[in-house]
Amino acid sequence: MGNEELIVKLQELFPAASIIQGNDWPEISFESGADFLSTIDVLKSDQTLAFDYLFCETCVDWKTHFTMVYHLDSTRFRHNIVLKYKLDRETPEIDSLSFVYRTSEQHEREIFDLFGIIFKGHPNLKRILLTEDWVGYPLRKDYDDPINMIKL
Amino acid sequence: MFEEIKTSNDGELVINVGPQHPATHGVLHLLITLNGETITKLEPNLGYIHRSIEKMCESLSYRQFIYSTSRMDYLSSHMNNHACAMIVEKGLQVEIPERAEVIRVLISELTRLASHQLWWGAMAMDLGALSPFFYSFREREVITDIMEETCGARLTMNYIVPGGLMADIHPNFVKRVKDFIIQFNSKIDEYDQLVTGNIIFQNRMKNVGYLSPEDAISYGTTGPVARGSGVSCDIRKLYPYSAYNKVKFEEILETGGDSFARYLVRIKEMKQSISIIEQLIDNIPEGDFQAKTKAVLKLPKGEFYQRVETARGELGVYLVSEGGTTPYRIKFRSPGFSNLSALNHMVKGHKIGDLVAIMGTLDLVIPDIDR
Amino acid sequence: MFSFQNMTQEIHSWLSSLMSETFVMLVEMTIVGILAIALFAFLGLVLVYMERKVAAVIQLRKGPNRVGPFGIFQTSADTLKLVLKEGFMPDNVDKFLYKLAPFVVMITAMLILAPIPFAKGVQIWDINIGVFYLTAISSISVIGILMAGWASNNKYSLLGAMRSGAQIVSYELSAGMAVLSIVVLTGSLNLGDIIASQEDGWWIFKGHIPAWIAFIIYIIAVTAETNRAPFDMAEAESELTGGFHTEYAGMRFALFFLAEYINIFIVCAIGAILFFGGWMPFHIGSWTAFNHVMDFIPSFMWFFGKTFFLIFLIMWFRWTFPRLRVDQLLNLEWKYLLPISIFNLLLMTLVAIKGWHF
Repeated sequence: MGNEELIVKLQELFPAASIIQGNDWPEISFESGADFLSTIDVLKSDQTLAFDYLFCETCVDWKTHFTMVYHLDSTRFRHNIVLKYKLDRETPEIDSLSFVYRTSEQHEREIFDLFGIIFKGHPNLKRILLTEDWVGYPLRKDYDDPINMIKL
Repeated sequence: MFEEIKTSNDGELVINVGPQHPATHGVLHLLITLNGETITKLEPNLGYIHRSIEKMCESLSYRQFIYSTSRMDYLSSHMNNHACAMIVEKGLQVEIPERAEVIRVLISELTRLASHQLWWGAMAMDLGALSPFFYSFREREVITDIMEETCGARLTMNYIVPGGLMADIHPNFVKRVKDFIIQFNSKIDEYDQLVTGNIIFQNRMKNVGYLSPEDAISYGTTGPVARGSGVSCDIRKLYPYSAYNKVKFEEILETGGDSFARYLVRIKEMKQSISIIEQLIDNIPEGDFQAKTKAVLKLPKGEFYQRVETARGELGVYLVSEGGTTPYRIKFRSPGFSNLSALNHMVKGHKIGDLVAIMGTLDLVIPDIDR
Repeated sequence: MFSFQNMTQEIHSWLSSLMSETFVMLVEMTIVGILAIALFAFLGLVLVYMERKVAAVIQLRKGPNRVGPFGIFQTSADTLKLVLKEGFMPDNVDKFLYKLAPFVVMITAMLILAPIPFAKGVQIWDINIGVFYLTAISSISVIGILMAGWASNNKYSLLGAMRSGAQIVSYELSAGMAVLSIVVLTGSLNLGDIIASQEDGWWIFKGHIPAWIAFIIYIIAVTAETNRAPFDMAEAESELTGGFHTEYAGMRFALFFLAEYINIFIVCAIGAILFFGGWMPFHIGSWTAFNHVMDFIPSFMWFFGKTFFLIFLIMWFRWTFPRLRVDQLLNLEWKYLLPISIFNLLLMTLVAIKGWHF
């Protein structure tokens, strides 16, 4: 499916979401509180979409809120979308995708490690890159570590 | 940090493989649970070489941040730089000269060859055959010499700038690459004779570390690992970038899904790389090697994503710009990180010797995983 | 012709004229002991140097070439370094076994030197059960390796030792069968008799195809028995970081290292004795003139030539083949080599009874 067709199709499926054409691929954004797992379920199981390959999962700190960014690809149709999910900055919680896409098990551990986002239902949510006793979440914009300078 | 390691009552033994271990090729730490010689559980413990490149990039300008990525996957540093340069060019909407594109692809393929040759030697060494390492380095040295002459460095080339290349190719470049092609074509059969056809080698590789196509997709594996399972994922073919739509090459797919299939994919990819170089080396267009860009680069507000096929798989660069001179957020989706996540699934029920063989076919580069 | 036999006789008679019989024996034993230890050390140095040069040639390198002409003193310098190093011992090791293990391995290797005829008339101990003695003593070295693995208090060492135990015990069967098939042909366990029986041709040529099968099985089995690649399960540095000697350093490690090379020498020497006639020159049946020409080459040169050729073969294996997995290793022995060698032994017995050999 081309990007325009995808946008039309997605608008049919998710009338509540805001869908725009990004730089490369359609971007579909959800506000916090939307049912995330069922959304993913539809995207993955729909026969015309078949987004079975999560190739990038990350998070952006917008100072007022977090945005989880998922890049999805379909190995059958080779179309991509960007899925965004807005998170509250005080209690950042989202459903884990580790049982839908196995790759997100490690990616979510990394995001938890660097952003402090809690993934509900993750089988092994603990720090992956930093030591267990690390204080703070380095990729947050308000993180400041005077000892380990990473500003150049 | 680590739990106390002890033998449980059911006779299981927990062993630390790494962070200093000959088979991990760097500072990877695997916590494996053994039942006799059989692995029942594996848990990677990462971060020994975590340098927080993503955070560093947030305070580096668009011209500077490219070079920190050479230190991620140091064996395909040119492709990392390529991805970053392309994302900046995408944001600036610069047309880069044809000559620069072709040279970028040429150097990329040479880098891929060098990387695969290092992998071939190192993997044979993991399996206990020490000689192939020297045979592969014989050809790899020629490539690094070519790199040194043209790019000024042998490993972390940093040859790319946003808008083109740092400098034009060395006058000897074309001749030396042609000499290399002749040399390599006469030696690639030696690789097959020494290792591929060896009965011990085949027994060690076949039916070991099976990864089904569904699992390969679900675990997000890319590159030769996924292609060994028959999943088409070559970014050069599926989403052509740079000069890749001008050359003819095949995407290598093997359906075995075991270590041997992954091995064959890489061996055949070397031949494809040579064919790409052969097509381009005589057709380097004349012209500038760099487009005119401003001294201080500013990307428009927005989000950009660029996928590139490195020697290990798909490298994704996700860049969020707020309109300033530095990226607001940058994420590197490194191939090694995802490929590693499939390791636990693949080694279950195999012996320690197989763990080493499977890790060899995953071709892990630890700085790429930890970033 | 130059002969060691005359030399030893001369020394013996000269000593006898000086002192009583008991003292002669004591002095002779001391001399032999010193010579054995000197040979042990010298062989170790030569073989390590040879290994590095062979590896270098196979791997397109130069090998050691700095210390002395062609780097011949490199291994001596390395040994000196190992001697001067601290005898480091990790915490919580079983101190007695940890210290004892390298000596068990080394002493075993030295004991096997006793019945080997290095040249015509040069044999430390000529016993009538030579072959039996060799197989019996060589199985002790596995105890040293198991000791080292257990005492090191390291999981890698333990795994390496266990692998080594399983491996040596199984491959000894095949090696024993291959040795037995030659014993069947000669009808004697005495190494001197075995060599003497090859005066009109070596067993590898006289024994038809069963002798070839026995020889191939013997070479495979002893490569495994000495823990050499492609059967270096016990060390497997890419898997077990060094296996049973992971925790050893300095001279203790050097003893393991030297013992490994001495073991290679010994198994190759036995192979040369059984299949290639030991010090016996290359003779063809009744070609007396040809045989006489061959006799002009000294017997020790024949012996060392054959032995070093076999050693070269084993080194060649190491630098060419990848390592087997531990279960494949045991499969190879129990499912292929052992049945074949048992059948081969029966065949050989038939050949010997019917007198079909030359």
